[in-house]
Amino acid sequence: MRKLSAAVSLFVFWVLLSGYFTPFLLTAGAVCAVAVVAFARRLEVVDPEGHPIDFSGSALRYWPWLGVEIVKSAWDVAKVIVHPRLPISPALVRVPATQKSALGRVVYANSITLTPGTVTIVAGRDEFLVHALTRAGAEGLASGDMDRRVTRFEGARQ
Amino acid sequence: MTPADWISMALLAAGGAFCVVGAVGMLRMPDFYTRMHAASVIETLGAGLVIAGLMVQAGFTLASAKLAILAALIFFASPTATHALAKAAHERGVEPVLGEGGGEGGK
Repeated sequence: MRKLSAAVSLFVFWVLLSGYFTPFLLTAGAVCAVAVVAFARRLEVVDPEGHPIDFSGSALRYWPWLGVEIVKSAWDVAKVIVHPRLPISPALVRVPATQKSALGRVVYANSITLTPGTVTIVAGRDEFLVHALTRAGAEGLASGDMDRRVTRFEGARQ
Repeated sequence: MTPADWISMALLAAGGAFCVVGAVGMLRMPDFYTRMHAASVIETLGAGLVIAGLMVQAGFTLASAKLAILAALIFFASPTATHALAKAAHERGVEPVLGEGGGEGGK
């Protein structure tokens, strides 16, 4: 199932990038997609980390929320930058990470970094060292809202 | 100019404005880590709005699909690169400038 989905996604990717719909090129694309999946299977990378289809549903719920957070915090950072006094209050904080899997922690750490104003510096097993541009940003993270959402995201598979 | 042109122009202008703000931030910020935060404005809102503007311009075509793939690439690659930079700096002992009460505390 995962292999089939990986092959289909690769083929769609090929078609989108090529833009040619001649029978020869479509066949070549299909053969390549299947060959890549065959190689990937030998490398044992067609697993929940390499091709995480299990998370498709929860990603569709999590990404819009993350997108809104990114826009909000990018706007906040932009305001800080153009403020005449440059009101920054950089802080290092340790943020607990409650995800069970490595993938969940990566999603959380990357979400923190992707949100302007906070960068994950060290991603440990159950807590991250985060650099925040403002005290407010650090406190927003300490409230743990994003952590809970990523944990729910991770738990939603099966 | 069609309405789509206006929308696309507004998105491109806004994206460009955020890129400029990010660049100004990189010049104004005091140290490595804080400059990074300014850069992330460019790679999120700056790049995002420019790509959205170009997608409106391209309409429902393969070019738009490629732009969407590009957006996804930035979305996944940029936090990884940012984290790699931050971690490298931290391990090499680059000390962040900290604000009032910003020491390594919290939870």
